Amino acid sequence: MMIYLPIAEVSVNAFLLLGLGGLVGILSGMFGVGGGFLITPLLFFIGIPPAVAVATSANQIVAASFSAVLAHFRRRTVDLRMGFVLLAGGLVGSGLGIVVFNILREMGQVDLLVRLCYVVFLGIIGALMFVESLRALRKTRGGKIAPRKKHTWIHGLPLKMRFRTSGLYISVIPPVLVGVAVGMLAAIMGVGGGFIMVPAMIYLLGMPTKVVIGTSLFQIIFVAAFTTLLHAVTNQTVDVVLAVLLLVGGVLGAQFGAVFGARMRAEQLRILLATLVLLVCGKLALDLLLRPEELYTLSTGAV
Amino acid sequence: MRLWLALLLLLAAGPARTAEEVVLGLSQDQVSISTSFSGSEILIFGAVKRETAIPEGPPLEVVVTVQGPDRPVTVRRKERRAGIWVNVDAVEVDSAPSFYAVATSGPWEEVISHTEDLRHAVSIPRAIRSVGAPSGVLEPQAFTDAVIRIRRANGLYIHKEGAVDLREQTLFDTAIALPANLTEGLYTTRVFLTRDRAVVARFDTTIPVRKVGLERWLFTLSHQQPLLYGLMSLAIAIAAGWAASAAFRLMRPQ
Repeated sequence: MMIYLPIAEVSVNAFLLLGLGGLVGILSGMFGVGGGFLITPLLFFIGIPPAVAVATSANQIVAASFSAVLAHFRRRTVDLRMGFVLLAGGLVGSGLGIVVFNILREMGQVDLLVRLCYVVFLGIIGALMFVESLRALRKTRGGKIAPRKKHTWIHGLPLKMRFRTSGLYISVIPPVLVGVAVGMLAAIMGVGGGFIMVPAMIYLLGMPTKVVIGTSLFQIIFVAAFTTLLHAVTNQTVDVVLAVLLLVGGVLGAQFGAVFGARMRAEQLRILLATLVLLVCGKLALDLLLRPEELYTLSTGAV
Repeated sequence: MRLWLALLLLLAAGPARTAEEVVLGLSQDQVSISTSFSGSEILIFGAVKRETAIPEGPPLEVVVTVQGPDRPVTVRRKERRAGIWVNVDAVEVDSAPSFYAVATSGPWEEVISHTEDLRHAVSIPRAIRSVGAPSGVLEPQAFTDAVIRIRRANGLYIHKEGAVDLREQTLFDTAIALPANLTEGLYTTRVFLTRDRAVVARFDTTIPVRKVGLERWLFTLSHQQPLLYGLMSLAIAIAAGWAASAAFRLMRPQ
């Protein structure tokens, strides 16, 4: 069944989009990520204009994260105070990201920037996660548990604040900076930034893992919502029909993913996710490195 | 501009009316892009009206063109820089139709001459206007060619020789396929009658292509009330997220 998307101005197969949303939903249910880092490149592959893909993914992330954060609220694993601090940074970053996005769009380099961001960040995160989970797998076989870091340079900064849910007493500067960075990436890449936020919160801020996902999701909702609004107002590139199709698939897929995920071990899940991230990264890198079939690209005023 | 053209046409058509005229019919006088739109086909048919007998000499030929709204297009060229393929230069093509189809009743060279093509802008390259490329660009023609190549590959530019059926030099018909990725606007349809490669009569009409229903509403809303549209998108997202969570809780009571 073909559906004409009013903003993207292309006609695509509705079942393809439902399937795509479902696939990403399964993964996000399994791994606890928003799935934006997968859905945006997949939308590029099926021919949605990059600007529309980025803006619409942000809208889809709002739904996915909202659904997930409700579950975390029930389990009381959301650090609201930390969430708001990250959010303050995130909104600033998101605004900056849109400005950068629009400047680059006029220069014709937005496609390159988005792809480069993906290759670099997916590559780094994928590789780190792969190595880390391999090590964890070996360690659990040896029967040892990795010790947590105690004090780093981060604890020496001023403007300290107490975060009760996380059991932390640290400066607000690092969380705000993390927020800004993730907000910018969210606006440029059309992702919630969970896959960067989560490791940053665990390794940089030293937050306990059980609060990290809920808190990250909480602030992603707002950043993604803000990004959606900014894209809608400045570029008119949010396609609601596209978003709804992705949502329906995603919501259903997430339920199945959660079931699959519960049957697997944490390290195995992380290795799988890392492999997947590296695969997407590899595909995008090849696109940049190999000679494209068509050296010329067209763009009209609207997109 | 358009008024002048119309006046010129009237003047041109006035004295020549005695010879041959086009009477045109269309299978649909407008194209609606609805949610389920997946392309369309317009049947263009007509007859040649004349007061006298069919003139002697070379036979009559028919050229039909359908042209979508003109838009400026930025064409960018990629080149390898530091190992990766990046956009290096861009040319702004001043005006290129978003859709262009031309169908003829015979081989191109036998139907219309180069001068007539220039005068009426009939063939695909003539329909694109590019005033000048920035001085740094080496081959500006390559950029215009790229527009034609890419759009032909997407089915947006169609060039079909021999696709117009002409019977007894009087009745003609052709079908033009409109692809699914159409843009809105007025689609100009022109019919040229030629003899000995010269245009003897011309008929112009327009077919409006419009988004309708939900498509129309969403598109208008996103451009006229972007804030409201953005908030609506968010509300849908939040509602869907909440519904998913609630359904999940119902399915697995804890």
